[in-house]
Amino acid sequence: MSTGLVFPASGAASRMTINERQIAGLFIAALCLVLVLIIALPLWSLLSKSFESADGTFVGLNNYLTYFTTPTLFVSLQNSLIVAAISTAIVIPLAFAYAYALTRTCMPAKGLFYAFALLPIFAPSLLAAISLVYIFGNQGFLGFLLLGNSVYGPIGIVMGEVLSTFPHALLILVTALSLADGRLYEAAAALGTSKARVFWTITLPGARFGVINATFVVFTLVITDFGVPKVIGGQYEVLATDAYKQVVGQQNFSMGAVVGMILLVPAVIAFIVDKIAKRHQVALLSARAVPFEPPANRRVALTYLLFCLVAGGIIVGTYGVAVWASLIQYWPYNLSLTLNNYDFANVEPGGWQPYFNSLTMAALVSIIGSAVVFCGAYLIEKTNAFPRGRAIAQLLAMLPMAVPGLVLGLGYVFFFNASWNPLSFLYGTLALLVINTLAHFYTVSHLTALTALKQIDGEFEAVSASLKVPFWRTFGAVTVPICAPTILDIAVYMFVNALTTVSAVIFLYGTESKLASIAIVHMDEAGASASAAAMATVIMTTAIGVKLTHLVLAHTIFDRLQRWRCRTAT
Amino acid sequence: MKKWIAFGLSAALTFSFAAAASAQQKTKLTVYTALENDQLAPFKQAIEKGVPDVEISWVRDSTGVITARFLAEKDNPRADMVMGLAASSLLMFETAGLLEEYKPKGADELKEIFRDQKAPYTYTGMDAYLGVVCYNTAEGAKIDTKTPTSWQDLLKPAFKGKIVMPHPASSGTGYLMVAGWLQGMGEEAGWKFMDGLHENIAAYLHSGSAPCVQAAKGERVVGLALDMRGASEKTKGAPLDVVIPKEGTGWEMEATAIVRGTKNLEAAKKVADWGATKAASELYSKSYAIVAYPGVSNIPPNYPANAEQGMIKNDLSWMAANRDRILAEWSKRYESKAAPKN
Repeated sequence: MSTGLVFPASGAASRMTINERQIAGLFIAALCLVLVLIIALPLWSLLSKSFESADGTFVGLNNYLTYFTTPTLFVSLQNSLIVAAISTAIVIPLAFAYAYALTRTCMPAKGLFYAFALLPIFAPSLLAAISLVYIFGNQGFLGFLLLGNSVYGPIGIVMGEVLSTFPHALLILVTALSLADGRLYEAAAALGTSKARVFWTITLPGARFGVINATFVVFTLVITDFGVPKVIGGQYEVLATDAYKQVVGQQNFSMGAVVGMILLVPAVIAFIVDKIAKRHQVALLSARAVPFEPPANRRVALTYLLFCLVAGGIIVGTYGVAVWASLIQYWPYNLSLTLNNYDFANVEPGGWQPYFNSLTMAALVSIIGSAVVFCGAYLIEKTNAFPRGRAIAQLLAMLPMAVPGLVLGLGYVFFFNASWNPLSFLYGTLALLVINTLAHFYTVSHLTALTALKQIDGEFEAVSASLKVPFWRTFGAVTVPICAPTILDIAVYMFVNALTTVSAVIFLYGTESKLASIAIVHMDEAGASASAAAMATVIMTTAIGVKLTHLVLAHTIFDRLQRWRCRTAT
Repeated sequence: MKKWIAFGLSAALTFSFAAAASAQQKTKLTVYTALENDQLAPFKQAIEKGVPDVEISWVRDSTGVITARFLAEKDNPRADMVMGLAASSLLMFETAGLLEEYKPKGADELKEIFRDQKAPYTYTGMDAYLGVVCYNTAEGAKIDTKTPTSWQDLLKPAFKGKIVMPHPASSGTGYLMVAGWLQGMGEEAGWKFMDGLHENIAAYLHSGSAPCVQAAKGERVVGLALDMRGASEKTKGAPLDVVIPKEGTGWEMEATAIVRGTKNLEAAKKVADWGATKAASELYSKSYAIVAYPGVSNIPPNYPANAEQGMIKNDLSWMAANRDRILAEWSKRYESKAAPKN
């Protein structure tokens, strides 16, 4: 990091005093340092291998040449793009409608439906694959719905990806739609504007950032995921399974790194689009804004209720099948029920220990992660010192999303296990798993925080500056309370993902730090898919428990803190 | 000369430290392994009983993952030993200079194929595993087929789209089967057989045990996979026939080796010695029919009976040397046209 602490020579018309600017710069530099350590350097230590031969000599672009002249590449690339495009095209409108129902209508039981839709992130991805096989597989009881097509292939991949990315898109879109200026809608109503026009000119533009972000998040998640294609993709090769074949099948790190590099492309595009979109940005929630309150329209509420029942029902149903699977003796030949599959000591030497490791890890990731991510997002979005540093931090924060867990995990091995690295004492410890998981899930949390922050008018900062209030007071007294629900969302998101993540940590766990999610993979590999489903059910139940606690907390505490959103309250 | 002195001194130091340490407490050995989950506890118990001053702690994962991880860690190895990992992986480690040269006491008593064939002597075989045919009799009856007894039976049109096997580029089991056909039938006939088999394959899966698990659950009629997985699925109640085709099948062995540069060399040597004993082979034979020590034999439940005769003459170093060439040819033949075939 040679950029170090270079301050722009004349930040002219600065809103902050020099002293404050220096402190902001210092914080940003610290943020950059952390992100470089946990994201950039590990990634580079793997990706740089794409320019080396297997024995470590520099070969320039040779590996890329080899890869691009392989005929199967274009098949994989094309397949990846097709699957990602279809999944995104299905998920975004559905998630938007669902998010709209949750934020802009008077539909009953919103909390419940929110929780239903988040179910897929509560569960290890293998669980969805197991239940899709049970439902639509060659022995599946709804297999006939596929009209003779096999679930093993693009159909299965798209179903699996739609299920698993839906909550990610929803999380971002709910944040985007939950802040709106009621005055715009009042004006529109007073002018007799049609509903369609209101939607296209007020609602959609207001949520534009959310939609763009969610689109890229879903697209990159699908491109980089190898769990679903591995289990249910059959003969349909995609880029991520290519990387898997190179690294795990043939231990060819150089070629694996080449695929890893190619997978980074969507993230770089996302970053550029974000930059362009930012130029046309208008803050939604100005200091004079009036919170939007959904009109009490029975018919609208009922329509959305119906939609959410179907969408949420499909999600709950799918995971319900998986829970049932965990209670079956031997699918599909002996369907009697049993609790034996929950006695993990039969199939996993650690018994229940991996579960407790997972809990510890997830709690640490959640607490440390939400603090780091939110403060980081604030520094990037709301301070104006050290623009180059903020740009670097923003780029680094966007990176992990585009990186398959496999690539990130191996990068961690190469970087944190290097004999020259003073941090190598962390290797094999739970602490490194915490750091790795935090890095792995940085992007969505960061985007969520950013979406919330973008909607708060910069005038708050301007007013603070003119009142000679330093930015950290504004941060503590205004920003954090306004964004408290978002921060809690991030904490829960991190906790839940830490419980379910596999692909990166599988290279990093040590003898004392095996996680439940890894135990699930091992049990499934050993053919004990019922036990795998059982452990996954335990994980899912835990995650749901956390989410319910979250909801209760939100009700008791935030209803008070967030009363400003309600016009009538005093 | 200086080197030798330095080596001698450090070796002496290591020994005395190791001796001092073992006098006080157990030496903790980190062992990387691809043994099955349910084997870990009995193996740990048996080793610690056989070598009382060590404590084993496992890092276990599938063959591909643990091999990739070990190679990725090569600048600063974390393992003291590798145990229960495919010999082909150990050959890669040996080539990379990551294994300590050591021939366990008693290794000469083992069956010849289980001994490292070339100097330096680094690894010792434990047991052999074979590629088998898992045939689901319940699903087979629905399409009116009989249990295959020859590889050629799998080419019957009735099996079109009903067979799964591991992808040779992602799974060691997949590769050992491909290499088995090429060695057993000869290259030309081997490729011709695979051309025919490809017509019946529903998918090449990314795991060595998944094909048999899918066959066991009736998702497929035939899964080509590891012997042990077939036997254990059948024991759990799957309507499976586990068959070793009469022409013989490819195989691979699990082996033990000491990691070069381990701080616990003495303890590791003791464990390696134990691994070559008859008692150890008796333990291996609980899961595998064919083990290193001559005369030890215990056919696990539902394991095919003709296993030892079914092993083709397999050259592990040929497998390692020709891997890139074979995988490239395989990919050219089957992968470019493999796309959406469902």
